[in-house]
Amino acid sequence: MTRNPFSVQNPDQLEFLEFSERLSRLIAAGYSPLHYFGTPQGLLYSIMGKSGSLELLCSVFPTGGSYPAFSQKILAFTMFERLLYEEYGIKPEGHPWLKAVRKHLPGQDQHSDYEFLASESPALHEVGVGPVHAGVIEPGHFRFICKGEIVEHLEIQLGYQHRGVEELMLKGDITRKCSLAESIAGDTAIGHNLAYCLLIEELCGIKASATGTRNIALELERVAMHLADLSALAADVAYIMGQNLFAALRTTVINSSLAICGSRFGKRWLCPGGVNYSISTAQAEVLRKTLQGVETQIIDCAEAMFANSSVLSRFDDTGKLKFEDAVSLGLTGITAKASGVMADARMDYPLDDESIFIPLTENAGDVYARAHLRYKEALQSLKLVLSELDKRDLDDPLPQELGKPRPDTIACSIVEGWRGCIVHMAKTDAIGKVEWYKIVDPSLMNWQALALVMRGTGISDFPICNKSFDLSYCGSDL
Amino acid sequence: MFDLIKARARHGYQAIPDPLTVSIHEKFPGRPDLSDKADLSELNILCPNSAFTDRGLDLGKCLFCGLCEREHPDWIQFNPDFKLAADSREKLIIAPGQTRMPEIAAIGNGVFKRSFAMRNVSAGGCNACELELGASTNVNFDILRYGVEIVASPRHADALILTGPISKHMAEALCDTWQAIPKPKFLILCGACAISGGIFAASSELDRGFLKHWQACLYIPGCPAHPLSIVHGIHQLMGAK
Repeated sequence: MTRNPFSVQNPDQLEFLEFSERLSRLIAAGYSPLHYFGTPQGLLYSIMGKSGSLELLCSVFPTGGSYPAFSQKILAFTMFERLLYEEYGIKPEGHPWLKAVRKHLPGQDQHSDYEFLASESPALHEVGVGPVHAGVIEPGHFRFICKGEIVEHLEIQLGYQHRGVEELMLKGDITRKCSLAESIAGDTAIGHNLAYCLLIEELCGIKASATGTRNIALELERVAMHLADLSALAADVAYIMGQNLFAALRTTVINSSLAICGSRFGKRWLCPGGVNYSISTAQAEVLRKTLQGVETQIIDCAEAMFANSSVLSRFDDTGKLKFEDAVSLGLTGITAKASGVMADARMDYPLDDESIFIPLTENAGDVYARAHLRYKEALQSLKLVLSELDKRDLDDPLPQELGKPRPDTIACSIVEGWRGCIVHMAKTDAIGKVEWYKIVDPSLMNWQALALVMRGTGISDFPICNKSFDLSYCGSDL
Repeated sequence: MFDLIKARARHGYQAIPDPLTVSIHEKFPGRPDLSDKADLSELNILCPNSAFTDRGLDLGKCLFCGLCEREHPDWIQFNPDFKLAADSREKLIIAPGQTRMPEIAAIGNGVFKRSFAMRNVSAGGCNACELELGASTNVNFDILRYGVEIVASPRHADALILTGPISKHMAEALCDTWQAIPKPKFLILCGACAISGGIFAASSELDRGFLKHWQACLYIPGCPAHPLSIVHGIHQLMGAK
């Protein structure tokens, strides 16, 4: 399969041994998992991808409730196998660290029962931060084990934002879950809602025509959030001018979304079957002018910031993520691209056949690379929006009628959000009711990168390292 | 250096001169006008969050998704009026024919009118309200001009501003933070999730017990709450002139 979104009806249910062998063959051929999960029906699914081709495998649960962990072969399974153990008690033997992701492990009662990794050594001390942080940010706990000022180990404990999104998707009419999809991660409202809309359309067997407007929405979100990150990074190194200028530019961009759909976050813009608010000729003209101004100003601000020696001395060579680690852990988005990994769902799994997209990358893998890549990507996305405005037929038709979801169908959609690769999957039963709904936010995998780069880094560099990845707590916790 | 001056010059002056009287883009869905003819039970069936009651539209539940307005423009229209905050849960229900929100009662007999410190706790939300709360301090909205500060320590806070529906896993940390704020202290609920559970209200992963014990003094609707709604509500609550 290469199409995105795609669907299959009644995939073969393999025996676990055969499933495991076929997975191994795919791994050897360079595939890595986009998702791997269990379902209440006692089945395992794995969706494997390799630049342009996708394979879906299905198996029954392994007998005896355990199996040799796939993470031993490829670390990209680490998070998925932790979730599988947490949700269904299926034990991947030999897994590097079976720690709960959202709730608690089998045998424990609650989230707070967790005992952190600790050291008895008198040379080491621990620093705990969170779940309530000093700023206006989401909750999560960071436990550092330090030797002097140098971090030896960072443990990230999440799950505080867990609010049962996947379960809520199953309550009521699956075609009316836009607001919920937009609240998977409010800063990625467009990214997740687009994945949801594509999935529902695939389940219902239709294809919406509003691709141009949807692309504009998705790329505007990317520009806005990259600007927010540049602003926050500037703030963390006390470069106040950058903090204020980038924040004001973000305001201009998100106010442009508001002028079209009424929401600064692009909530309520998209819907299954098309878009709720199309862009009129007059609106397109205003948007074009605004974005051209924004482009000039981004260049002004960023060139000044990246030429400032006090900024460079903090960004350069800080928090380096190696190319090999980014690949083996299956990381995506800016996190991976700033370490030289050429991976982007817009290139690997394009939503329409005509689009040719070449992602931008950096090689150093440090804070500078991630910051600078955000700058370059913001400009690239602005260009994409401007070219969509040039070519698109204005006034999208009203959203198409959806009809009912097809029965016994598994559908999957992949969207490159501003943080990386978003995957939504769902299956309908014999009467077209959704049996399960699975979501992967890129943060789920990418949090590992933050823990990795902090090893051997001074604890005072934690804020800029954290900001340079800017990962989602709620997207990961669901 | 000259690059920076050039960037600063092009940036110009971007602060909103008066966030209390500014008019916002007409597309913004703010305070709704509900017609006397509106069939509230039919609107409630349509609403993805069942925000209509027999008395009107509950802004504490409304996600401002616009579905009702798109389907029944003759029954309901959202105005670009961002003054949505109220000082009680009851006052968030917009009755048919109602054309403005009731006045907000100020707290503290003028003690807070020039200075108000808030500590945010994010508990199970989607990060949109958190971003909008952060944006209310940026150069555009600049809530700091009224002496409002978002502080790092609960010890320095006059109020706790809650975002998110309170996930089970955040219930304890929320209580701890509240306990750490010295008296007198105030509770502000920001966004549909904090007020009613919002889109997550039906989830079994929430624990909203905290709100059974403590009464909020300000409710700021929205999904997420707009920075102007936040600035206006808090300004009124302080009794600032």
